[in-house]
Amino acid sequence: MEFVSPEGLRLDGRRPTEMRQLRAAIGAVSKADGSAVFEMGNTKVIAAVYGPREVENKAELINDQALVRCEYTMANFSTGDRVRKPKGDRRSTEISLVIRQTMEACIMTHLMPRSQIDIFVQVLQADGGTRSACINAATLALADAGIPMRDLVTSCSAGYLNSTPLLDLNYVEDSAGGPDVTVGFLPKLDKVTLLQMDSKLSMDIFQSVMQLAIEGCKAIANYIREVLHENTKQLEYRRGV
Amino acid sequence: MLQNKSYVRKTRAGKIEKVVKEHYLRDDIYCGAPACTVCDTSAARLSPNASTILVLDTNVVLNQIDLIENPAIDNVVVLSVVLDELRNKNLSVYNRLRALCSSPVRKFFVFSNEHHRDTYVKAMVGESPNDRNDRAIRVATQWYQRHLGSAVRILLITNDRENKRKAVEEGIFAETVESYVKSLGQPQLLDLVVQPASEDVVMDDVEDLRPSKKKIIYSEHKPMSEITAGLHRGIYHQGKLRVNRYNSFEAYVGSESIGDEIIIYGRTNMNRAFDGDIVAVELLPQDQWHVEKALSIAAEVGNYLRAEDEDEDVHLVPNSSDDAPRNASVQGPNADASLNSARPSGRVVGIIKRNWHSYCGSLEPMPLPAGIGGIAHALFVSKDRRIPKIRIQTRQLGNLLDKRIIVAVDSWDRLSRYPSGHYVRTIGEIGDRNTESEVVLIENDINCRLFSAQVLACLPPLPWSVSSEHLSDPNREDLRHVRVFSVDPPDIADVTNFVHPGTPLDDEASQRGTSVYLVERRIDMLPKPLTEDICSLRSDVERLAFSVIWEMTPEADIISTRFTKSVIKSCAALSYVEAQARMDDSRLVDPLTTDLRNMNALAKKMRQRRIDRGALTLASAEVKFQIDTETHDPLDIGMYQIREANQMVEEFMLAANVSVAEKILKHFPFCSLLRRHPTPTREMLEPLLRTAAAVGLDLDISSSKALADSLDRAVAVYFCSGDLSPPEYLHYGLAAPLYTHFTSPIRRYADVIVHRLLAASLEISKLPTVFQDRPQLTSIADSKDVLHNDLLHVTKFWDIMPVYLNYRHRNAQMASRASVELHTIIYFRKHPTDTEARIVKIRSNGFIVFVPKYGIEGPVYLTAKGDNGGGEWVVDEQHQQVKKADGSVSYNVLQMVRIHLEVVEPQPNRPKLQLTLI
Repeated sequence: MEFVSPEGLRLDGRRPTEMRQLRAAIGAVSKADGSAVFEMGNTKVIAAVYGPREVENKAELINDQALVRCEYTMANFSTGDRVRKPKGDRRSTEISLVIRQTMEACIMTHLMPRSQIDIFVQVLQADGGTRSACINAATLALADAGIPMRDLVTSCSAGYLNSTPLLDLNYVEDSAGGPDVTVGFLPKLDKVTLLQMDSKLSMDIFQSVMQLAIEGCKAIANYIREVLHENTKQLEYRRGV
Repeated sequence: MLQNKSYVRKTRAGKIEKVVKEHYLRDDIYCGAPACTVCDTSAARLSPNASTILVLDTNVVLNQIDLIENPAIDNVVVLSVVLDELRNKNLSVYNRLRALCSSPVRKFFVFSNEHHRDTYVKAMVGESPNDRNDRAIRVATQWYQRHLGSAVRILLITNDRENKRKAVEEGIFAETVESYVKSLGQPQLLDLVVQPASEDVVMDDVEDLRPSKKKIIYSEHKPMSEITAGLHRGIYHQGKLRVNRYNSFEAYVGSESIGDEIIIYGRTNMNRAFDGDIVAVELLPQDQWHVEKALSIAAEVGNYLRAEDEDEDVHLVPNSSDDAPRNASVQGPNADASLNSARPSGRVVGIIKRNWHSYCGSLEPMPLPAGIGGIAHALFVSKDRRIPKIRIQTRQLGNLLDKRIIVAVDSWDRLSRYPSGHYVRTIGEIGDRNTESEVVLIENDINCRLFSAQVLACLPPLPWSVSSEHLSDPNREDLRHVRVFSVDPPDIADVTNFVHPGTPLDDEASQRGTSVYLVERRIDMLPKPLTEDICSLRSDVERLAFSVIWEMTPEADIISTRFTKSVIKSCAALSYVEAQARMDDSRLVDPLTTDLRNMNALAKKMRQRRIDRGALTLASAEVKFQIDTETHDPLDIGMYQIREANQMVEEFMLAANVSVAEKILKHFPFCSLLRRHPTPTREMLEPLLRTAAAVGLDLDISSSKALADSLDRAVAVYFCSGDLSPPEYLHYGLAAPLYTHFTSPIRRYADVIVHRLLAASLEISKLPTVFQDRPQLTSIADSKDVLHNDLLHVTKFWDIMPVYLNYRHRNAQMASRASVELHTIIYFRKHPTDTEARIVKIRSNGFIVFVPKYGIEGPVYLTAKGDNGGGEWVVDEQHQQVKKADGSVSYNVLQMVRIHLEVVEPQPNRPKLQLTLI
């Protein structure tokens, strides 16, 4: 299958190093302490953050830092076909863990000992790259909740098809079975906190693909920062400052 | 950069589901005209001073690709909507158009109108996809006209009346193909234009030229929906139609649903199907099944045909499954089973996939029409006998009559006995050796173009020599101090040191797959500097090699095996003749000769052991020509003589291949390229057994040849080790559980792959990424044309490569054979000969003989042609004997007879060798 035409266009009209259109909105769930909707093209994810609050299960309490919990689910309507997915299947458990570890790495948990932070992410519409979108949404929600973080962690995927590194794979490209590199990145600290890959790649190609994913992360970070600025301006305006 | 976004909804076949895909519209898609002031012109491809730019409709490309490939058509904008439609409709045409778009000499520009902000068209309510695409083409044409202004005329070429009408209404210049080509003023171009199928044409034109032909000849093909339903219910059977090479009125469809081949007799039952088409077949009622008539050389001819006179041809010994006449193979030894032996017969009800391409041949001779330059209708006769005659229209009949030409098929309607096609190009004069050789190459799809500059740029600069870098390479062993010599071909040079994966050189080599040996020339897989210099292990020159080093006992048991890249300095490059002469000359006791003798002794032991294991030594009918150096005409023919030295070299090559196969399989159990030869089934050996039974167990030369034939019908093939289980790896002919090709990387691409695998297993180099099951698209694109439907969905290297190499390998063999046949005819045309021949098969109206001296097999008729035996001759199948009814004369199988060989031309432009009894 031809994923990149000789004219250099992908199936949906993007060029290899272009991302899908990003959209984000803060405050989608008013009951939560912080929440956000994040869209990458047709992938749409909602995140809600509760906490820091009292630890529910005393056995899990940690004395010197906060407990971070994460739950990832996919809405039944997210993929179009109405298959009821059992909650807590292997895939969601794995992604929940990935998101939790990524977020834990950037939350300053030592500032909130003996407390608990809950992150809920749900995929409303899936079109490839849900994992990245969830991390981005969670970052926004955490920022909205005012939880202290070391940096805005962002995530983006990149793949390698038709001998071309491609940024931000959509569902069609993702299901081609080629390599799919997902990177979580702290842009200010210039550190990678998450790195996953399906399939195989030789080292030199892997480096260029990963670099591309990192560039994507940086672009998302800029966008998220913009959204946060805008949100803060709104808040200031409402307060009448 | 992202401009806009809209959703395209699609439903997939089978399960209906809504697919929502993003569709980005852009403002950075440029028009491709160098003179444009708005666009980025760095990628512009159109001519700067073009007065007319063409936009082609999908149907025009689909039907007129031969015309479009002509250089007269240039400055073309190819819209992405057209490309998308083409890809869905006909992949081969799509690939041809893509090749044009990327060719540097042609000015074809791809405009991605579907992603351009201004030319994207959304389907309107109630608009069919076809209409929507037509509208998209018109919108894009209009955009170009506006964009480039009035200095350039943007011309839409469409044969769709509705589309043209609407275009004109919208103020677009639009023309049909015919009128545009006429306006170019090059009459010979008109031959390339495909005539629309007869329903569309104004009937008068056709009527004039084909009077009284309104009769319907063929039954209508069933619509696709009915075929699918029929296949589901088991009424119809699907399969690939294969026409008998010896009798084009008989075809077979291998059907999985009934587990047997369905025979289709006659053109009426074949119902316009071509060889290689995927067809749907309906079985005839059992009482219409034909009783096997295996015992006649040219069965069935007169019954179906009016004039055509097809018969078995003289040919070289068949050496592949396709060639062997099939009818004899299935019938059991008992002749009384004539009722049971009636095989299912059927008729074609529909064609699921056409296998039309272009064919080589010539026009049937006909008187020139009175007016010169007028349109003439001619019948084209393909060289390939399986293809029916093709009707073409031409304006240059006088020119073409004595030429070999290429013709493409366009359509075949029910009213016409023959399909209609159009002229594509001329190859050269009939009978000219170069022309005929080129025909051989074209028919076997062999690329004989010179290597491109890009490919040659990959070669190391000449003069090349081993550098200190090579010597200091820790992976390369210095074997210059060892006494190394070579005998003829085994140049296991380190080709992969020069051919790196992913380079144009490597791509070219993988496309060629193998070198092709014709009688008068060789078509190399790799460029000459490599084959004849850098990778040629000449004497007294330092060369890079890939060595297999064995330590052997005097009993030829292998103690240890080692593989290494090496530097060698050959002390002698001997030919087989020289090597043999040295071994035979008892006076010579120099170290080199002693080595030779030792190796020969080892080889003999290895050979013996191999034969004891059950390996077969097959007589190969390799023919050798003596060619006149001036005229390149063959002066003499003879069988190639096999010496002990040949066998010695063969033995060590086999051993090297086996050792390498073991090594790579150990390291890469799932991705090694091996070669296997399946065990022949009893059915394949049946004719041989019958022959052997008729003469007791006296297996002499010709019967071992028959065995070779039978065996060759189970062809040795390349495969990937991951696809089969180890018992299937067996190479039957060599009695080796594992085998591969390692010894000739210069002339076989399979060996190049094996070299890379071996190097990777020795950790000298990394395994190229493509071997690790990554989709490899370049090789697919090329093999798609030839292996279409079977491989469309396959994207993995290992799925593609072995199949592709087998295809190339087979074609190369066919081409060599065809070339030998061609030269045999050239030779016997000048030198009719009387010679000895041995009867190998008995038929009711004659027998088939094998001429040992020339390696020729062919029929000898006892009765006049067309007369099917007539009772004068009686066949005794038990004893494989044919005798006169009165018992006065009889011929036994394996009997020697004297025959006369000469070239006759019963049909014009199809010379053939005729054998007659004297």
